Amino acid sequence: MNNLREIIFGRLTWQAFQHDPIMGGAGVFMVVALLAIMGYVTYKHKWGWLWRNWFTSLDPKKIGAMYLIVAFIMLLRGLADALMMRGQQALASGANGYLSADHFQQVFTAHGSIMIFFVAMGIVFGVINLIVPLQIGARDVAFPKLNSISFWLFAAGMIIINAPLIAGEFSTAGWLAYPPLSELQYSPGVGVDYWIWSLQIAGIGSLISSINFVVTIFKMRAPGMTLMKMPIFVWSVLGSMVLVMFAFPILTATLGMLSLGRLLGMHFFTAGGGGDAMMYVNLIWAWGHPEVYILVLPAFGIFSEVVPVFSKKKLFGYTSMVWAIAIITLLSFTVWLHHFFTMGAGADVNTFFGIMTMIIAIPTGVKVFNWIFTMWRGRVQFTTAMWWFIAFVVSFTLGGVAGVMMSVPPADFQFHNSLFLVAHFHTMIIGGVVFGAFAGFNYWFPKFFGFKLNERIGRWSVFMWVLGFLLAFTPLYILGFMGATRRLDHYDASLGWQGLFIVAAVGVGLILVGIGLQLLQVGVSIWQRKQSLDTSGDPWDGRTLEWSLPNPPAEYNFAVIPTVTERDAFWVAKHNNAQPSTDYEPIVVPENSGLGAVVGSLALVFGLAIVWHIWWLVIVTLVGVILALIISLTRDEMYTVITTDEIKQIEAAREGAAA
Amino acid sequence: MTRVRVNRSRNIAIAIFLALVTVAIVALFVFLLAGKPIPVLETHGTIADQERTIIIITALLAAIVVVPVFAMLAIFAWRYRAGNSRAKYQPNMSGHRGLELLWWGIPCLIILVLGIITYVSTHNLDPYKQLPLAKGQTPVKVQVVALQWRWLFIYPGTQTASMNDLTIPVNTPIELSITADAPMNSFWIPALAGQVYAMSGMSTKLNLSADSVGTYNGVSSNISGSGFAAMSFKVHVVNSADYKSWVQQGAHSMSMLTYSDYEDIAKPSNDSTPRIYMLMDDNLFNDIINSYTSASPNQNGSMEMGN
Repeated sequence: MNNLREIIFGRLTWQAFQHDPIMGGAGVFMVVALLAIMGYVTYKHKWGWLWRNWFTSLDPKKIGAMYLIVAFIMLLRGLADALMMRGQQALASGANGYLSADHFQQVFTAHGSIMIFFVAMGIVFGVINLIVPLQIGARDVAFPKLNSISFWLFAAGMIIINAPLIAGEFSTAGWLAYPPLSELQYSPGVGVDYWIWSLQIAGIGSLISSINFVVTIFKMRAPGMTLMKMPIFVWSVLGSMVLVMFAFPILTATLGMLSLGRLLGMHFFTAGGGGDAMMYVNLIWAWGHPEVYILVLPAFGIFSEVVPVFSKKKLFGYTSMVWAIAIITLLSFTVWLHHFFTMGAGADVNTFFGIMTMIIAIPTGVKVFNWIFTMWRGRVQFTTAMWWFIAFVVSFTLGGVAGVMMSVPPADFQFHNSLFLVAHFHTMIIGGVVFGAFAGFNYWFPKFFGFKLNERIGRWSVFMWVLGFLLAFTPLYILGFMGATRRLDHYDASLGWQGLFIVAAVGVGLILVGIGLQLLQVGVSIWQRKQSLDTSGDPWDGRTLEWSLPNPPAEYNFAVIPTVTERDAFWVAKHNNAQPSTDYEPIVVPENSGLGAVVGSLALVFGLAIVWHIWWLVIVTLVGVILALIISLTRDEMYTVITTDEIKQIEAAREGAAA
Repeated sequence: MTRVRVNRSRNIAIAIFLALVTVAIVALFVFLLAGKPIPVLETHGTIADQERTIIIITALLAAIVVVPVFAMLAIFAWRYRAGNSRAKYQPNMSGHRGLELLWWGIPCLIILVLGIITYVSTHNLDPYKQLPLAKGQTPVKVQVVALQWRWLFIYPGTQTASMNDLTIPVNTPIELSITADAPMNSFWIPALAGQVYAMSGMSTKLNLSADSVGTYNGVSSNISGSGFAAMSFKVHVVNSADYKSWVQQGAHSMSMLTYSDYEDIAKPSNDSTPRIYMLMDDNLFNDIINSYTSASPNQNGSMEMGN
């Protein structure tokens, strides 16, 4: 009987669903919210609409929007985790807080993993999907079906990482799961397996997506758009996607080896089993450091678009910017060891990686100077996007100083694993990636919704965010000097840290107010959209091709593919009074495909099955994925042809709306 | 076209408000820090002293870039604001070779200086490098084992071992050999020296020297399981007479430490009480390391991994 249960359910038992009130509450909340949404969709008979218009859509604009929706929901989850952690630390001076050590460790592991893999990566792929085809004058990406698979693998990974709230527990080994702590001996439960398979499945989606965008950028640019005429955002995406292509296979292999150790006892990283934990640490950072640039390069790209537009001036030093991106891309693979100067590598090795780390700061610094000099002799408009840029420069520069300080190995010995380090990388990732995303959101919002966001509330949201951000992380820099390490669920009262932790918790609260203001900004803007309507398609006097299109762009983006002669193609066209061509030709767009959703669902079940050791289901889903791919890929590709008459109608209707 | 109207009195009000917020925040931090120990800056060891110097130098060097960045950001944003029609406007300026050379060049020079500092300091402060000995002085050797979630200190050749209590003589080079019989950890005494990882099956090294008598906090800085947060220890820096009597105390302790006793205390425990043991097995540290590399512990091969 027991045997049969094990065959059917693996190690999944009723006990797995029993949680303490906080975790259980979160799980119940999640399920209720999900059921409410599904109920609403059913009530409105919208399932068919969702399936046809969104889930099976191959339009990168829709896929991009879905990435951003997932990323935003995960941002709220990650912030809830952050609030729980800082709340615990504000209370746990000389006492145990309201969370057990074990639960606290699950929370910070989830916070880190979710924020990097499902917020930052989601933002990056979302923005890329929305903007890259528009900026290079393309109608689609190179492999639309693959793009949909990428998204659904990302979504499957997202569900797996949230599943511990319902069944089992999450990893307590930190967001990078160093062995031997993450191995069976110290983590026998399902937590690390959830972590592995969530990242593994989402990571494969990222890898596929990167190939897609590298090919798209190389092969699908509008005629005349040579590489050195591409918008800088596209360059930064190219750098980022090349990094994904080279770095993510390392992650896949590393996670693969860790799971082989856990599932089949192969012990690649176990000291007692002939393995070496230091190899894992090297491998995970050989992915992990490029990952930082994977996230931040697209943010650099966003600022490189925002600053010239709102300074009404060409980007300063385009060629320098391209070289800076190229150098950063290359060098980001030569600095990984700075994450573990403290592992006892010799002085020569540490010196090499320390100096490489400083060298990579040079092109980054050059970019900052070029942005600032883009404002020089310009006409700077202080829109919300521009305020995000200013907040970015301040925070990124200060975080950069902390980074340079830690790049000197003997100084790093005092900073490693301390809250100083935690403050540093939050300053970089929030100040860089998140502020970049917000700048991009305010900048590109009208392109997709046809009206601008409220500027006044936008500015307030920047102010609250920056204030909260300063209060949340300045104490951590100081606590690092006081000898506070990361990940403490409680600490001795005599250390005198409590006041600073309380300030940090208040800071997180203010960040939440900032997010509340952003939601309010969107709400009020929708409410008052009549006053900020943009019918021109070019609300900011833009420079790049996406602004030549009506809001929102048609499914095919460009009725006629533009010919590019110079950088800032749309700016040039506007100033030459060039009229858009109306020599329409039939446009071929790929038909919807359910393949992505099917593969993603199967991958989700596969991930959950392997976490719980339900072997029959692992085999069924794996065979299912392979069959789905074979069936779909051997069938004839289906396309819809939009005839010239239809294009004329659509374009005329849009001009009518504009006039 | 968005036009920004400059409202002078409102701008002044905003500036005053921001200044007040800044002052309030700074005052809050000063208040919160008053009288609190800041060991990374208030150092009590030769290594930590020098590490602090490096930290300050790098911060100052970085300021050479940061100060102009902030100044230019503020000045350009104000001077070239859309409402200021008196400022020069060159919409088609796309770069300036000389200026760009300047900000590729100056950071390169700073990094050159910093690189030299890095080379010298990384070699000088290599944790594996033995500290200079005064005439007739011998270094004190201590072997450190990270457990779940306690620290075992073995003083080879003295018949003394201790738990969560590192007692060392002042102004004496200390040679620490560090391993773990538990998840990877990191051994850190902020007031005395930067940290080094503790890993199973191998030994890392840390050399340090304390320059004043006192009690300092020792920290476990790498997540190692549920008891990690409480895995701290005390470092007692004492004069040489007190050190001698402390070691004697260990050698006469009633609790003995053999390999089998060790196996008992190596089990996961949240009991952080300091203890002192009579060390019965001078080769304990090597045995612990070898238990990861050879078939069975106590079977000492020729591998000399610890010392």
